Amino acid sequence: MQQTTEPAVRLSGVEKVFPVKGSEPTVALTGIDLEVGQREFISLIGPSGCGKSTLLRVVGNLIAPSSGTCEVNGKSAEQARLDREYGMVFQAPVLFDWRTVEANVRLPLEVTNVPRDRREALVREKLELVELGGFARHYPHQLSGGMQQRVAIARALALQPSLLLMDEPFGALDEMTRERLNAELLDIWGETGTTVIFVTHSIPEAVFLSTRVVVMSPRPGRIAETIDIDLPHPRGEQTREADRYYELVTEVREAIRGRTAGGADLAARARSDASFG
Amino acid sequence: MTVSGERASRGPLFPAATDTARRWLPPVAVFVAVLIAWEIYSSGGGFFNPIPAPSAIWAALFEEWTLLSSAALATIVEALGGLVIGTTAALIVGFLTSRWAIARDVLLPLAIGASTIPIIAVAPILNNWFGVLNPLSKMSMAALLVFFPVVINVTRGLVEVGPAKLELMRSYAADETTVMRKLRVPHMLPFFFTALKVGTTLAFIGAIVGEFFGGTSEVLGRVVLQAISGGKFDVAWAAIIIGAVAAILAYVAVTLIERAVIPWYWHIHDEPR
Repeated sequence: MQQTTEPAVRLSGVEKVFPVKGSEPTVALTGIDLEVGQREFISLIGPSGCGKSTLLRVVGNLIAPSSGTCEVNGKSAEQARLDREYGMVFQAPVLFDWRTVEANVRLPLEVTNVPRDRREALVREKLELVELGGFARHYPHQLSGGMQQRVAIARALALQPSLLLMDEPFGALDEMTRERLNAELLDIWGETGTTVIFVTHSIPEAVFLSTRVVVMSPRPGRIAETIDIDLPHPRGEQTREADRYYELVTEVREAIRGRTAGGADLAARARSDASFG
Repeated sequence: MTVSGERASRGPLFPAATDTARRWLPPVAVFVAVLIAWEIYSSGGGFFNPIPAPSAIWAALFEEWTLLSSAALATIVEALGGLVIGTTAALIVGFLTSRWAIARDVLLPLAIGASTIPIIAVAPILNNWFGVLNPLSKMSMAALLVFFPVVINVTRGLVEVGPAKLELMRSYAADETTVMRKLRVPHMLPFFFTALKVGTTLAFIGAIVGEFFGGTSEVLGRVVLQAISGGKFDVAWAAIIIGAVAAILAYVAVTLIERAVIPWYWHIHDEPR
């Protein structure tokens, strides 16, 4: 992990336009200015089509912005990717069927030519971190959905990334599993000191996890509001019962539905999206 | 998706002997019953005997063993030679098409076009090209039949790996060689073996069809033709059965190689019974 005084991410004037055949181009993102400090935990939340996944992909250099700049640790997003500063977790675990759990976690280490003896130690360490030490020799299809996603997290952490990008990683899981993994993720974030950008549909999840929640609104995708989450750390079950937690959940919900233009139709969509996750 | 516990207790890769017996006993029993019924029917001197009695074929097998065994060996060499040539060509084309889009645009339509040729009609031409006595003429016939299913499956396996896995590799800044080695090739292997199993039986068909259009007399296809023209149907059937057994053994061999090369695939798909 590299030490730098630069912000982890600095987005200025980012715009992303997707051309549509035989129609007006879609403006997925416009006028995005955002600075993410080192060791922050940022959630991007908003209704479908607000561009939160697109924004994550711009930061991760999976797609290039149409205009504007994206810097990661003081360098271009592409350079950051080439320097292997990212760990990525998608909604699906995206594990390789032909690799055991430990071999899946080892994949990024093989790709980046980490010395062999170092690999095994890292793999074991990351598997312990997600509490899957006993499943190293299993194949992905032998694991439950939640366990598969934990393997994906261990894999993302294997390269000791300075920036962890997570695109609705728990979206496909049941509520109980999701809450447990939320708590685990916070522990991991505390232990590794990595910066996290987390895309979610779930308001409680965003509030529970984040230091800041970035609320986005659609058509065109833009940042509507940024809400500081001043809940104390370490967070746990008691956090979900705190009055301040409920206030913040309400605040985020209102930011999603109302303070932006759009009215009842948008609010209904925001609600259904929030409960969908 | 199942819970880990119930799957973790799964047995070894190969089912226990009793499971094997349970799986194979019914078809073997039916096969033996048919043989016995067939034998009884034939020995009754029925007025319609399309196939000689099993005992007659068995006897012919021994009487003509010298001819049959050398013919079988020649045909096996042709079929396996064709299998190797066709598979190698298909792998080369498959890798080229997956690596370079331009190769895909040029080669795949050609391969699909080639597959529409009535291949049996090509056999005399191949005999003419390579020389009717040259086993290469039969090998190329087999290779043509093998080529198409293998090239299509290998290309699919290499190309259709899914965007998410490619993005994952991109996030590691993996170069194209690494993507090929760590992602595309392992993903392709099950497709390849599926095609190779089809190709193995096709190779024997190709070789024997090629033999029908001329060549040395000591090959299974010629033995069948000559036995029939001489009215020796028991010998013809003995030759056919040897060909079938050889093809089955080759198929089993490919399956065993598959199990050794991609054990994980069998781990997923070979559910215990």
